[in-house]
Amino acid sequence: MAKVIIWSSLKSHTGGESNLEIEAGNVKDLLARLGETYPGLQPQLKRGVSVSVDGIIFRDGWLTPLKPDSEVVLLPRMQGG
Amino acid sequence: MSSIKVSTTINGDPTEYVCEADETLLDVLRNRLGLTGAKEGCSTGDCGACSVTIDGRLTCSCLVLGAEMDGAEIGTIEGMASGEKLHPLQKKFIEHAALQCGICTPGFLIAAKSLLDHNPKPTETEVRFALAGNLCRCTGYDKIVRAVMDTAAEMRRA
Amino acid sequence: MPLDNAESSTRKYKVVGTRPNRPDGVDKVTGRARFGADAVAPGQLVGLILRSPHPHAKIKGIDASKALKLAGVKAVVTSADLPDKTDGDAMLYDVLVNVMAREKALYQGHAVAAVAATSASIARQALKLIKVDYEILPHVTDVDEAMKPNAPLLYPKMITDGMDPKPKKPSNVVRRYEFGHGDVEAGFKKAEIIVERSFKTEATHQGYIEPHACLANVGPDGQGELWVCTQGHFMVRDTCARLLGMDFSKLRVTASEIGGGFGGKTTVFIEPIALALSRKANRPVKVVMSREEVFKATGPTSSSSIDVKIGATKDGRIVAGDATLRYQGGAFAGSPVEFGAMTAFAQYDLDNVRAVGFDVVCNRPKQAAYRAPGAPMANFAVESVIEELAHKVGMEPIDFRIKNAAREGTHSSYGPVYGPIGLLPTLQKAREHPHFKAPLGKNQGRGMACGFWFNFGGQSCVSMNIGVDGTVGVTVGSPDIGGSRASMCLMTAEELGIPYDKVRAVVADTGTLGYNDVTDGSRTTFATGMACIMAARDAIKKLCARAAQIWGIPEDAVVWENGHAKPAGSNAGNFPPMSLKEIAAQAPSTGGPIAGHHEFSADGAGVSFATHICDSEVDPETGFTKILRYTVLQDAGKAVHPSYVEGQFQGGAVQGIGWALNEEYIYGKDGRLQNAGFLDYRIPVCSDLPMIDTVILEIPNPGHPYGVRGVGETSIVPPLAAVANSVSAAVGVRMTELPISPPKLLAALEKQSAMKKAAE
Repeated sequence: MAKVIIWSSLKSHTGGESNLEIEAGNVKDLLARLGETYPGLQPQLKRGVSVSVDGIIFRDGWLTPLKPDSEVVLLPRMQGG
Repeated sequence: MSSIKVSTTINGDPTEYVCEADETLLDVLRNRLGLTGAKEGCSTGDCGACSVTIDGRLTCSCLVLGAEMDGAEIGTIEGMASGEKLHPLQKKFIEHAALQCGICTPGFLIAAKSLLDHNPKPTETEVRFALAGNLCRCTGYDKIVRAVMDTAAEMRRA
Repeated sequence: MPLDNAESSTRKYKVVGTRPNRPDGVDKVTGRARFGADAVAPGQLVGLILRSPHPHAKIKGIDASKALKLAGVKAVVTSADLPDKTDGDAMLYDVLVNVMAREKALYQGHAVAAVAATSASIARQALKLIKVDYEILPHVTDVDEAMKPNAPLLYPKMITDGMDPKPKKPSNVVRRYEFGHGDVEAGFKKAEIIVERSFKTEATHQGYIEPHACLANVGPDGQGELWVCTQGHFMVRDTCARLLGMDFSKLRVTASEIGGGFGGKTTVFIEPIALALSRKANRPVKVVMSREEVFKATGPTSSSSIDVKIGATKDGRIVAGDATLRYQGGAFAGSPVEFGAMTAFAQYDLDNVRAVGFDVVCNRPKQAAYRAPGAPMANFAVESVIEELAHKVGMEPIDFRIKNAAREGTHSSYGPVYGPIGLLPTLQKAREHPHFKAPLGKNQGRGMACGFWFNFGGQSCVSMNIGVDGTVGVTVGSPDIGGSRASMCLMTAEELGIPYDKVRAVVADTGTLGYNDVTDGSRTTFATGMACIMAARDAIKKLCARAAQIWGIPEDAVVWENGHAKPAGSNAGNFPPMSLKEIAAQAPSTGGPIAGHHEFSADGAGVSFATHICDSEVDPETGFTKILRYTVLQDAGKAVHPSYVEGQFQGGAVQGIGWALNEEYIYGKDGRLQNAGFLDYRIPVCSDLPMIDTVILEIPNPGHPYGVRGVGETSIVPPLAAVANSVSAAVGVRMTELPISPPKLLAALEKQSAMKKAAE
């Protein structure tokens, strides 16, 4: 089970929990499961997110494989100038 | 609108053009003569990207009318190199990485040349004030000032 | 795939790290380089845009009949010509509405109609003949005013997202964000010293010297060409094609040389309008913005209002940090407040941290990215409080920062745990720097600040063609804003083992390559550079295979070293090394052209930190601040072309100095921008500044083969606070509002002396 950390203002969609556990083989699966499990997160997932997997930020790269003990941090979709 | 015929000299070449009364010299250079080296950054004389010389004097070409140029000698960036030989300022700007995007570069070169024509040994402060009418948003001016100082030193040695 | 480069710290570079002349240098010093407004097409028309004079108004009707009757007018376009094809994509719909107002004009300068005519003067006359029937609505331009319960609403049905419980009443607040970890309240209970302050910053503009410009040419066959100055021509293609209902493949977009962007050219403004005019007129149409239009109708930054509270123990350890950030992002959702909230405390190692952000709409132009979007304002607020807290704790601010600095293993304020990062080295180098020990005179002060930015990678696609003469053409799809073609050539030459001057990089149009993300997020040298390295490796594989065929040995028995194919060992055969040039010369008769290619989405962009030191002198008579000395210390991972890395450091620092001291959007009570020109919106000029010293640190990014980190954005993060801290040190008054313009500083000084007198 990958550990998923969401940012604090999304907690209202996950019953107040910011540390979640999701079974997923890669980032794409993880985001899909996350949306299925917590439908309230769908609008933000649709608006766009980036993730950090074990400290490395992925703006896209949804096929990145996850290890059973990976720590995934959900981030707003990265922008830059 | 009735057109006005103007005879002038641009970069040493006799040039004739027709323009409307409300066209600036910058409009004429860019739109009628295809000399697009001078850039329009503001059209109010604040950015210096359109700098040219008129009878040897540094001027924003957006602030004078094309119709006023009869008999004038105009110098633009297109006339700065002689043949395939770059002016020392042009060389030093490249060597010092004194440009990033390059949109302000023609204006800076014209202004810098105008300075060195009048003052071959400027101090850093003199360079900074001479170039204060030209805006650059990429470089923070550091490398531009160094390029001009270095050119001045080299031209004095030559 | 990131993390593939144990080599970066030990590798000896031959070409990377040198400072050769850039390939586009001669074009740019001779006036030959062609920027957005420098293109012409046969029979082209002039396109001009009619803009709302009102900050907020209902558009009841538009009558263009008189304009259309004017001789020389070939097309008029309104929102009716841009039907909604956004298919439920809310962000794209906002782009559509921003490009051309629909039911309402949402800010002064909002486009309401456009005209294409045979000359500029006819187009100007035509604009005057278009009658727009407005119903003026109440407006709001200040972020704090916009959040008040009775503020005029831009979207009367908008309910704030991210609030628990959900608000019942509509407001101008789009969304609430919260980031952090630990228990902030518990943390503050442990604090022995707490500093709490409120700050405001005004909107600034990227101030690129080249106004937006494009030349569109669309035919009735649905095919189109667009020449445009942009940071991302693939983005322009996709966005315009979707808005206009064109096939992506039928719209070919060519990026002109670009006269600065800094984030401001990462979206579309005039491009869909030019294409719509051209389609309607069936003629090429050129649209060039005036400087006034650039200020009023492109994407300045958010203005902000920020509260910060930080607590520490007496021994100088921070125990809690809390911030509330309110950013207005103009008339549409999407201010970068989440990045402000994420980055505010990113440079510190904190157990208890919270940052709350509110994204607010106002009757101002929709903000666009500006170098590290959202971060500089948050950094200004936090680093100002940090400086004050350090003084109260009784520590040198630099030691206080070192004690609390984020390092490898720190749980960052925005979530992830840091890998190898370069913050501490920049602080340590700063402390040793001569600038830090230089004496100060009367009315002078020294300030510092540390800053952070994420950086990202993104999609890049590169082709590399090897000529039979042994020279190499690199085709990239990333517009070159600041010398990136030189960096691409350096990395290609390094990898292939050939001299820099044997490589030429060009920026190709959208018909030539696969999608390339916008040149933003400090991504080009990192991501497109990595694609060049990978494409070179692809080419090397083919060069080795060709050598193997020529020698009649297995492919895996050939290795590439110093620009030569060599038999891997004595068992492989005894052949003299064959150079790239020698293999290339035989290409036509040994299987045809040799090329390398790489396309990917790069991840693993390393985060970036910088420390800035600023000395300033304040004239107490006039309130004028002079920057005396400025030093930037930043981690570049690996500097590919150090001169252009320094240039990024210097340029970002000076833009930040402008933000801190001079630059601001000034709105009248009428909701109209009062300083839409470079005379009154004053960006720093040459005589305002000293040399900007730079120190490049190289802590390799494990996510890049050479260790490269993006450097373009971080440099604008610390200057706001570094300058404010320096001015505050010079005058003994904490400056909490930017810009620190002379009137503001004089008022602060007068207040201080009045308070001193009252105390006596």
